[in-house]
Amino acid sequence: MLRMRYVNQALSGWGRFPVEACHVYRPTKRSEVSAILHSGAEPSYIPRGLGRSYGDAALNLKRGTILFTHLNRFLSFDPAAGILECEAGVSFAEIIHYLLPRGFFPPVTPGTKYATVGGAIAADIHGKNHHRDGSLANFVVGLRLLTPEGQLYECSANRNSEVFWATVGGMGLTGIILSAEIALHRVESAYLVVDYRKTRSLDETLAVMEESDAQHRYSVAWIDALARGRSVLMRADHAAASELPRHLTNPLAIPKRVGLRVPFDFPSLVLNRRTVRCFNRLYYALHRSERLLTDVERYFYPLDRIDHWNRAYGKRGFLQYQVALPLDGGREALQELVRCLADFGAAPGLAVLKRFGVGNAAPLGFPIQGYTLALDMPDSRDLVPFLHQLDQRVAYAGGRVYLAKDAVLRPETFARMYPRLDEFRSIKSRLDPHGRLSSSLARRLRIVDDTQ
Amino acid sequence: MPTVLIMGVTSAIGRAVAAEFAGRRYDLVLTGRDPEEVAAWAADFTFRHNVRATGRLFDALEFPSHVAAIESCFEAAGGALEGAVVSIGYLGDQALAERDPAEAGRILDTNFTGCISALNILANHFERRRGGFLAVISSVAGDRGRRKNYFYGAAKAGLSAYLQGLRARLFGAGVRVITVKPGFVDTAMTFGRPGLFLVASPQSVGRGIFKAIQRGQDVVYLPWFWRPIMLAARAIPESVFKRLSV
Ligand SMILES: Cc1cc2nc3c(=O)[nH]c(=O)nc-3n(C[C@H](O)[C@H](O)[C@H](O)COP(=O)(O)OP(=O)(O)OC[C@H]3O[C@@H](n4cnc5c(N)ncnc54)[C@H](O)[C@@H]3O)c2cc1C
Ligand SMILES: NC(=O)c1ccc[n+]([C@@H]2O[C@H](COP(=O)([O-])OP(=O)(O)OC[C@H]3O[C@@H](n4cnc5c(N)ncnc54)[C@H](OP(=O)(O)O)[C@@H]3O)[C@@H](O)[C@H]2O)c1
Repeated sequence: MLRMRYVNQALSGWGRFPVEACHVYRPTKRSEVSAILHSGAEPSYIPRGLGRSYGDAALNLKRGTILFTHLNRFLSFDPAAGILECEAGVSFAEIIHYLLPRGFFPPVTPGTKYATVGGAIAADIHGKNHHRDGSLANFVVGLRLLTPEGQLYECSANRNSEVFWATVGGMGLTGIILSAEIALHRVESAYLVVDYRKTRSLDETLAVMEESDAQHRYSVAWIDALARGRSVLMRADHAAASELPRHLTNPLAIPKRVGLRVPFDFPSLVLNRRTVRCFNRLYYALHRSERLLTDVERYFYPLDRIDHWNRAYGKRGFLQYQVALPLDGGREALQELVRCLADFGAAPGLAVLKRFGVGNAAPLGFPIQGYTLALDMPDSRDLVPFLHQLDQRVAYAGGRVYLAKDAVLRPETFARMYPRLDEFRSIKSRLDPHGRLSSSLARRLRIVDDTQ
Repeated sequence: MPTVLIMGVTSAIGRAVAAEFAGRRYDLVLTGRDPEEVAAWAADFTFRHNVRATGRLFDALEFPSHVAAIESCFEAAGGALEGAVVSIGYLGDQALAERDPAEAGRILDTNFTGCISALNILANHFERRRGGFLAVISSVAGDRGRRKNYFYGAAKAGLSAYLQGLRARLFGAGVRVITVKPGFVDTAMTFGRPGLFLVASPQSVGRGIFKAIQRGQDVVYLPWFWRPIMLAARAIPESVFKRLSV
């Protein structure tokens, strides 16, 4: 058997915490993926896409990490049905680059376009349209999964559906997603009509969301946690070609612009309570209740324009924290969280609130009907204990933490948040009886036992 | 549409050259050994560049199949090939080759005999057509034999020498022969190997190869600084070089 070579590399997620030495394999052919899995060279393996999960989901300390970015081929595209078949290493940036000019957009997109299809399915990502369209799984027409046992599963919501739902949101632990078919969304332009609305309190924000969300494909609110949750609501829809001003002769062209770059690590003193307060004030003041036309890059991926902006994360920088709260009691829990944040004095740099529509059948899927709150918390010595307290409150309220953004959750709390964990484990043990797929996250949360 | 033949589509360097041509609306005929990979790359080039990309199978070690395999490439191109890029190589395991004649043979046959067998067929084709180009990826490793990879180095040295002769033969027929000598490139061949330095991206090497083809350059080092480096390496006398463990 061919021995596959690896590079021993210090890796982290987008949040730059933790940083771990991993054995990075980089297959460029399908057959190499099974060769790596069967070489017996490592106790376990985890696939990795573009490393845009924040914590340790795509890390495997001193063990195999299979970088999937070099298996990124477009396999077929059916413009009549709008269905794209591609390998798991294809990024959202590539999909947009090649298909937006032809009138198609990802049906669900994260806040960065530098995520892979495989990583997005494994995290079952949600977008600003979750209240209407649900998570990415709803648009995955089919996927090919290679298990460490060498079995190839063609699965979808109807076919091998148990395998499908465990893989969706399964954080790479059921097998390697080789390729997927995704139903894209048809658009007439590269622009969105955005409707901004300012509110004075969290209550008002929630009320406006409830009453108007259904009328917009996208809806999200930036909230100021230090000022009782006053917000800027941003609701949007893809603009029809007829809604564009005349000088935009090609409605599907993406306007070019120069990138910015964060050249060095943010000095941590920039990130104290006062500067965050200033930032929040400014942000609130700069927005008006109005309707604007903006392009997809600006609306969905404002941060992608700045290279290496995650240098603001990690030690003495930020820690990302995202939770989902159920409809039932979620409003009160949200208010409590915002109160806790203000009391703690840790002003989140960016706090984003959105309503989730119904959840799906994935045992480890994150979205549940209700609300989701995502925070960039400035790091401080007592931040982790504070987050553990929040975790308890979230678990008590029937909510959960998003694994793709987590680095600090504890296994007991995790098990309370994800009551279908045992179901997941039993499907995993069927697909991977020798426990060859594992990650630092899987061991930390005891999804697998910690020898793997 | 003009068509270019890329032999070794599973090689990152070959693919980078293919992308340069496809970006300029050339159709492609792509070869490899694994049908699944060849089909995937043909689909990908068709999708990304909106050109006609056709896959064919070619194995350098299957000598009896070479004529038919390459004729099938001509046929796939519809007869009108503008040129061919040969990006086939096997670094192999030097230590193993010292003990195992099969490994030694694999290194020599893949890099030297196999490529030359293909090039003979291609040379006759372009000579008859009185035009076109042959760009062949050799290596700086062929410029001087080294303790660490002399099987590979010897095969590449032989390939480079063959190309010198071929260039002279085809000159009169207006067929350009381009010898490409890359230094370290970040591909599957080098991934995870110790002792790499000045590693170039396959994309930059691909651009360099495309430019060299356009200019009809005879020998191109990529990146350029490998030319002076190899000049210096060749200048070291054998009496000194044999004591180095490079
Ligand atoms: C700025 C920013 C904004 C974001 N916004 C959102 C958002 O709005 N909504 C949202 O849901 N998420 C969001 N995310 C999170 C991000 O979408 C997910 O973490 C996604 O998984 C990242 O994809 P990736 O390719 O980088 O995967 P990685 O981070 O490399 O891996 C993530 C997980 O996927 C698994 N995986 C990767 N490839 C495969 C494969 N081929 N087969 C099986 N498993 C695989 C890994 O093992 C790991 O568990 C955001 C992230 C950033 C940095
Ligand atoms: N990477 C470097 O640092 C470097 C430096 C100097 C020169 N080069 C040369 O550049 C060329 C391309 O290599 P690369 O760097 O892109 O590495 P690569 O990805 O390993 O490519 C090697 C290519 O050779 C093909 N090949 C191997 N054995 C073959 C056979 N018996 N029949 C047909 N094809 C065969 C491979 O096809 P399969 O996929 O079917 O195996 C693959 O397409 C090679 O000639 C190499 O020697 C590379």
